Amino acid sequence: MKRTFKLQDLDCANCASHMEHDIAKISGVNSAKISFMTGKLMLDADDAAFERVLNEAQTICTSYEKDCVIVR
Amino acid sequence: MTTKQKHWRNRIIVAIALFAGALIIEATGTLERTFGEPGALYAEFALFLIPFLVGGYDVLIEAARKLAHGHGLDESFLMSIATLGAFALVFFPDTDPHMAEGAAVMLFYQVGELFQSYAVGRSRKSISDMMDIAPEFANMERDGQLVQVDPFEVAIGDHIIVKPGERIPLDGTVIEGESQIDTSALTGESVPRTAKAGDEVISGCVNTSGTLTIAVAKPYEDSTVARILEMVENAADKKARTEAFITRFARYYTPIVVGLAAAIAILPPLFVENWPDWILRGLTFLVVSCPCALVISVPLSFFGGIGGASRMGILVKGSNYLEALAKVDTVVFDKTGTLTSGTFTVTDVLPAEGFARQQLLELAAHAEAYSNHPIAVSIQRAYDGAIDLKRISKTEEISGHGINALIDGHAVLAGNDKLMYLHDIAYETAEMIGTQIHLSVDGAYAGSLIIGDTVKADARQAITDLHAVGVQRAIMLTGDRQPVAAAVADDLGLDDYHAELLPQDKVAQLEAIMRTDGECAADDDKGKRIGRVAFVGDGINDAPVLMRADVGIAMGAMGSDAAIEAADVVLMDDKPTQIARAIRCARKTMRIVWQNIIFALGIKFAVLILAAFGIANMWMAVFADVGVAVIAILNAMRAMRTKGL
Repeated sequence: MKRTFKLQDLDCANCASHMEHDIAKISGVNSAKISFMTGKLMLDADDAAFERVLNEAQTICTSYEKDCVIVR
Repeated sequence: MTTKQKHWRNRIIVAIALFAGALIIEATGTLERTFGEPGALYAEFALFLIPFLVGGYDVLIEAARKLAHGHGLDESFLMSIATLGAFALVFFPDTDPHMAEGAAVMLFYQVGELFQSYAVGRSRKSISDMMDIAPEFANMERDGQLVQVDPFEVAIGDHIIVKPGERIPLDGTVIEGESQIDTSALTGESVPRTAKAGDEVISGCVNTSGTLTIAVAKPYEDSTVARILEMVENAADKKARTEAFITRFARYYTPIVVGLAAAIAILPPLFVENWPDWILRGLTFLVVSCPCALVISVPLSFFGGIGGASRMGILVKGSNYLEALAKVDTVVFDKTGTLTSGTFTVTDVLPAEGFARQQLLELAAHAEAYSNHPIAVSIQRAYDGAIDLKRISKTEEISGHGINALIDGHAVLAGNDKLMYLHDIAYETAEMIGTQIHLSVDGAYAGSLIIGDTVKADARQAITDLHAVGVQRAIMLTGDRQPVAAAVADDLGLDDYHAELLPQDKVAQLEAIMRTDGECAADDDKGKRIGRVAFVGDGINDAPVLMRADVGIAMGAMGSDAAIEAADVVLMDDKPTQIARAIRCARKTMRIVWQNIIFALGIKFAVLILAAFGIANMWMAVFADVGVAVIAILNAMRAMRTKGL
């Protein structure tokens, strides 16, 4: 499944590229792209794992930027 | 500014005021008089610690938090170590105090961060404003009352009412009313268009004068506005190589600089005196170790370039295409619909002996009755009688040749020279400008129709512009006969043309052109192509060619789904002069990107080298970090401006 999420309070470009790098490594993720300028996460992950992937992605985002929230 | 930014700003102002106060107290020598040696030094330490903590406590907390998560080499962490290190030197005897520097670096860093946050927020907003073409509602009549409904709920065939000042929510056909329509949000064209009953209108345009009733032709998710928004959002998905390179570079840059910082702080003091000085040099390295200027400004430039282009009615599907567009040195045109208007008219009817003019038109109109090819449509229009579909028992379209039909039981062929040749029918070639359609009935030649296509008003200018921006070859591909193609090519000033091509030949021809790129010195020593080949088509019949080219440019795409799908760059209106503008916009963006890369890296490396030799101090380092980021962001924001392109 491929979906796009808004990332609220994404303020740091370097963090965004780190988040992208880490989220892409979560198991079940086929591809993950973050556009810092539009503040969007484009996530392509296995259907069955999607919820878990999203939770893990949120943990990663918070670890880099404490206010950054994936809007579901 | 957001409230968060305002609080941030106020805190920085207070911290700067406290810092200024501390400087004054220090300069007046009050501390020495009150505390004496060496107590004054510790008093100074405490004095500067106040503005430092007021201005930067959040940075310190953030640094600790990230360290706990294992993201040690983070900007806030590095900045904290560098500034705290500057303060800590006071505890070592025989060192120059650097408290003022430590506090100032932290404050300057915060000012820069605030500016970055503000600049990014602003450019995000200006781009989202530019893309603010999504309609919020559609007016529909229900039980005699006008109600506002979600555009998603409107079905094909529903009638919607668009009042003056409102945005047209869905694609459709005007059935009542007349108005001026402002298409500038989509095409960049400021002259409004007239729409009256029978005209097709595109969602996203603003209705300016009269009320229009529109029969909806497409559901919202397939309408022009939804597709454009989707395209722009997905543009971020395709990153330019320069952008990917910077991201990769950033991943290695920070650890390397931090490693060097550690080496400089630890190794030389083992052999030489004056170790606090070496530690200070190491700390200076840390300040320069964040790649932020690059990581923000490069994507921002691309984003601005894409945004600026879209304001001119040029939609670029990703920064990689912007990058390729800047390198285009060959532009290949599919003639119909790009250089010519694609609206055909029958200009001459040439019946063979034994056939009447009207009879020829009638046969042709029936043979082409099921085709929606522009030429077929022009023939149907030229025939003034009614087309009786019952008379046609079979039609078969032979791609690139014409049509084979059975009309009133007679075998009718309608098509070009190749079709006649294929069926061994002797035909006469007319030396006229236009496309010649031959007809035969039961194997006997019946005559031909000449169909003309008008060259667009700005086609000549478009070619001149392309040559002016450094495009070396402008080439036309067409299915037309040699003399017609030659006449058009000559008239427009094209460098080359290939005529009499079947649709399937066009891909092969394009590939041949891409291979011969070397002729215009576009190869580097490794045999890699530098110059890129753009193909311009109208999206009808040329989707495979659009996809094969380095950059596929679709023209006149208002409403054409196939074109939006297959192309990398979509021109919203059908002016060929837009191609040169697109290239200029791409070049400007790339220029800004490289300016930023060279400027940022140049300054950083210079400061690193100076710092290693003990020439650069922390002030210079913080400029190399924050100052450079601010300047690079300001420069990147220029990419959004399209004036004079």
